[in-house]
Amino acid sequence: MNPKMQTKGLDFYYGKLQALKKVTLEIKEHQITAIIGPSACGKSTFLRTLNRMNDIIPRVRLEGEVLLDRQNIYAPGVDVVEVRKRIGMVFQQPNPFPKSIYDNVAFGPRMLGLNRRVSLDEVVERSLRLAALWDEVKDDLGKSGLVLSGGQQQRLCIARVLAVEPEVILMDEPCSALDPLATLKIEELMQELKKQYTIVIVTHNMQQAARVSDWTGFFLLGELVEYGKISEIFSRPQDKRTEDYITGRFG
Amino acid sequence: MRLSPQLTQKLAWVVTWVAGISTVLILLVIVGYVVARGIAMINLEFLVTAPEGGLTAEGGISTAIVSTIYLVGTTLIILIPLGIGAAIYLAEYAPDNWLTRLIRYGIELLAGVPSIVFGLFGFLIFVCMLGFGFSILAGALTLVCLLLPFIIRASEEAMKMVPQSYREAALSLGATRWQSVRHVLLPAALPGIVTGIILCIGRSVAESAPLFVTMGGSHLMPTSLLDQGRPLSLHVFYIATETAAFDVAMATAIVLIVIILAINGITNWLSRRFQAKMRGGV
Repeated sequence: MNPKMQTKGLDFYYGKLQALKKVTLEIKEHQITAIIGPSACGKSTFLRTLNRMNDIIPRVRLEGEVLLDRQNIYAPGVDVVEVRKRIGMVFQQPNPFPKSIYDNVAFGPRMLGLNRRVSLDEVVERSLRLAALWDEVKDDLGKSGLVLSGGQQQRLCIARVLAVEPEVILMDEPCSALDPLATLKIEELMQELKKQYTIVIVTHNMQQAARVSDWTGFFLLGELVEYGKISEIFSRPQDKRTEDYITGRFG
Repeated sequence: MRLSPQLTQKLAWVVTWVAGISTVLILLVIVGYVVARGIAMINLEFLVTAPEGGLTAEGGISTAIVSTIYLVGTTLIILIPLGIGAAIYLAEYAPDNWLTRLIRYGIELLAGVPSIVFGLFGFLIFVCMLGFGFSILAGALTLVCLLLPFIIRASEEAMKMVPQSYREAALSLGATRWQSVRHVLLPAALPGIVTGIILCIGRSVAESAPLFVTMGGSHLMPTSLLDQGRPLSLHVFYIATETAAFDVAMATAIVLIVIILAINGITNWLSRRFQAKMRGGV
């Protein structure tokens, strides 16, 4: 199976604090890769290096490589806007813009220069259908995205990402602010989406990792301790620290 | 002696109630006095006739109203793009280094300079050096200098209040920095920015000292921005100090107060309408 993305010897620093240590990991195409680990283990930082979201934080430093289709996205001359178009992101807190549902989904395409109403209508409907939200909002497209429930808002954010037609979708604990039913909906949606997209999800919830992912990486104190098929990580962890974590001895 | 909680609660209530009522009373007394002295003079004719000058201050205030409109309009046209531009730079683009710290410090400092000092600066630079003479343009440019620190601070605060998650969402969707400013951050910050603009309009209408030394104060109808002008606030001052017609000054003051109230009303309405639109028109 092709690695869609790869990191090689990735070091990351906030000022003097090292948050990632020599992380080397492959993200396979059309698979769901889960990143697990206790709080402050660097898993969110890792996710945000994959679409250069950390660029907007002052005084950070990155060494090593992040490859997307074998191209280093940190190479000089790479357009960061182009990178983020190809690698979409869903955040921990649902963060729709204070705009209508329609304008939320149409935001990305509009920024990329798509302005024809007919084509925009199509993109919006297709994205909302794909995000399993269309039936709930099709009569209220003019309403604010902020009046939706938390779970609906998160699916709106997913639709907003899908409208840009990325290749990879990064999800940073997308269900941590949601109730179990809304969580279930998002997880079902992920299974649907992985047919077309490559997904990386950060979660602190091991049951969730077990339910949704194909591959799992366990992070601890900025290090990738173990990486493998989800079934193997859970049944035959190679590292004592992984075993301790998944059996609930810490974290 | 220790007071019981019930008693301190009653005392606190009385003290805060007196404080609140005093504010309202002071306002009522001032406005009431102005209205009582001036209201008899006010009619349509007063608003649309030019002042005749002289000790009795015959005539109306049409030229002062026109002066005010020219002055405030010119000020805003220059002030808004400059101020918001600077605020966007400081809030979204400026790195944190000695230069930007110096700019911020300069802004703080400017905000504390007395307005008459701006007036003398404007007299020196705009009236004399740049050769605009005593004019509406010189007055407006002086007001721009005076108000820049306020609009920059208000707009920068408003932009900083916008949740970081909006920035991240916009950038993660492939928006450029400018697109995220233009389509997400500015709209979200607009109510705060509009509030800043209201304050600046209020101050342009009310300010008198820096205009006294830059606008000349002719009571004739201005026909260009390079003409002298006498906005309402200056007119109140001239009438009150140079004629015997104190009631005319008070009548002019009523018009001034009504204009400020109307500006506040309109801008509030605009900002509410805007927020409704941001919420998707529900």
